[in-house]
Amino acid sequence: MSTRKPYVRSMDGWWKKNPYFVEYMVHEATALFVAAYVLVLLVGVIRLGQGETAWNGWLAAMQSPVSVIAHLVLLAGAVYHTYSWFKILPMTMPPVVVGGKKMAPEALTGSALIVAAVAGLALLAVVWRIAL
Amino acid sequence: MRRNLTRSNAPIFWGLFGAGGMLSALFVPMMIFITGIAVPLGLLLPAGTMSYPKMLAFAQNFIGKGFIFAIISLSLWFAVHRAYHSLHEFGIHAGVGAKVLCYGFALLGTVICAVSLLGLGF
Repeated sequence: MSTRKPYVRSMDGWWKKNPYFVEYMVHEATALFVAAYVLVLLVGVIRLGQGETAWNGWLAAMQSPVSVIAHLVLLAGAVYHTYSWFKILPMTMPPVVVGGKKMAPEALTGSALIVAAVAGLALLAVVWRIAL
Repeated sequence: MRRNLTRSNAPIFWGLFGAGGMLSALFVPMMIFITGIAVPLGLLLPAGTMSYPKMLAFAQNFIGKGFIFAIISLSLWFAVHRAYHSLHEFGIHAGVGAKVLCYGFALLGTVICAVSLLGLGF
């Protein structure tokens, strides 16, 4: 066995030293908020399949103050995911050419955020329509 | 020079990641608001929006079922792909084990979701 002890630079908290990387880590972490929410939703789907009593139990759990506060936190994370996802969109998709000119990254992000707002409101409208 | 031309499976996982990231960016904030805040607190939406008959009918509808499945499963694939690639940022050199654990989690969630939704009938 080798007795060499090569120096390996520690990676502890490297990203905390630069605001750019802090933002990167935060936007990466929003995926965990999204995952946490869809797992809550998955439990709901399972409970729905177990009958009315089980479903009402899930609904009651969603009404607990802890759940509502947790969902406010999840909402903040999810909204930041939406913002950051579309902020990096210009870097992840091929250039969009409008009228012979490449669309500015800000314009692309802005339009995508408008689309996201419309999609969210459309979903609310559909749920409203079904609920009535 | 001999080159190993084995195809990479990366585009599949990246595709699932992209689809999940996009779908969740568009709909998850409003879904959290509806199911986690508005309905539990009785805000805005009509009473009984998520009552058992309504939700059962929604989950039995072809479009409703597909929407629930797409949101849950693709969001999971999106999240695990990010988590897997973020391990590097913490100095963890992720190998096959981490890959199986991450993508396996999403696969398990997808299967449970599909079985539950199909079990509700059409």
